[in-house]
Amino acid sequence: MSGEPGAAHTGSLKHYVTGFGFAVVLTAIPFWVVMGHAFSNSNATAAIILAFAAVQIVVHMVYFLHMNAESEGGWTLLALLFTIMLVVIALSGSLWVMYHLDHNMMPAGMPGMPDMKGMHNME
Amino acid sequence: MPDTTVSGAFYSSQEHHPENGTLLGFWLYLMSDCLIFACLFAVYAVLGRNYAGGPTGAELFDLPLVAVNTSLLLLSSITYGFAMLAMQRNGLGETQLWLAITGLLGAGFITLEMHEFLHLIHEGAGPQRSAFLSSFYTLVGTHGLHVSFGIIWLVTLMAQIGRHGLIAENRRRLMCLSMFWHFLDVIWIGVFTVVYLMGTLP
Repeated sequence: MSGEPGAAHTGSLKHYVTGFGFAVVLTAIPFWVVMGHAFSNSNATAAIILAFAAVQIVVHMVYFLHMNAESEGGWTLLALLFTIMLVVIALSGSLWVMYHLDHNMMPAGMPGMPDMKGMHNME
Repeated sequence: MPDTTVSGAFYSSQEHHPENGTLLGFWLYLMSDCLIFACLFAVYAVLGRNYAGGPTGAELFDLPLVAVNTSLLLLSSITYGFAMLAMQRNGLGETQLWLAITGLLGAGFITLEMHEFLHLIHEGAGPQRSAFLSSFYTLVGTHGLHVSFGIIWLVTLMAQIGRHGLIAENRRRLMCLSMFWHFLDVIWIGVFTVVYLMGTLP
């Protein structure tokens, strides 16, 4: 499909339509899960829709952005992997540090808070 | 002007695939843009549940509207793909048509988003109401700003193509905008999942 150099960045009709089909399904299911209240457990629902988002991001990368190990001699993939590493550090690090900050710097008068949801009603 | 001829010869002998250089450079820009969004997502993840006694996401978000918005952006992704396929076939009019449709879908997305923002601000849920809303407007607004600039870029390219046709330079520009446009759709997946869908969970 991406044999000739020019085709590497544009793909084919079948490629786009397949990707679009996947994207529609992967978008529709999370919306249905949340809007139709398919699961009563919020954490389970969050985990499921996050998993669908991760899969859909890969689908978009492959079918719309035509990511593969060969394009630009592998440099686009290497840049992407490096970016993913930085994103994971930034996201998990921020959440980890700020969660503990919230937890340990509660005002003395407040009752013990089991998690970050305790912050809801703080003015 | 001996200098310019020397540097001109230098570049033409060095760059065997000047087009690839641009595309790789543009990809690196997108990756750095990705880091901006990662920081904004981190801010939202930390502050997104601090309502300061104000409205919550579950009370504010209109999921059917978000679903329509998501569909518009997803459709605009495949219509841009069709424009690229038309470009490959050297179909000038066809390329312009698909670009125009893509632009209209993008404009529809921005219109709905502006409508949502104005509606929320009218209800007293402006960016200054709580940490949740500040981070919400920053994250979603930055994405909307990207889409707006994408539309300006798209219209500019349509004028360029109308004037000069599908020349090599315009093809390269179309490929860069293609990456930009699909990249914004990837970011939107994160936005509708983390902000809207997870925000309305009880």
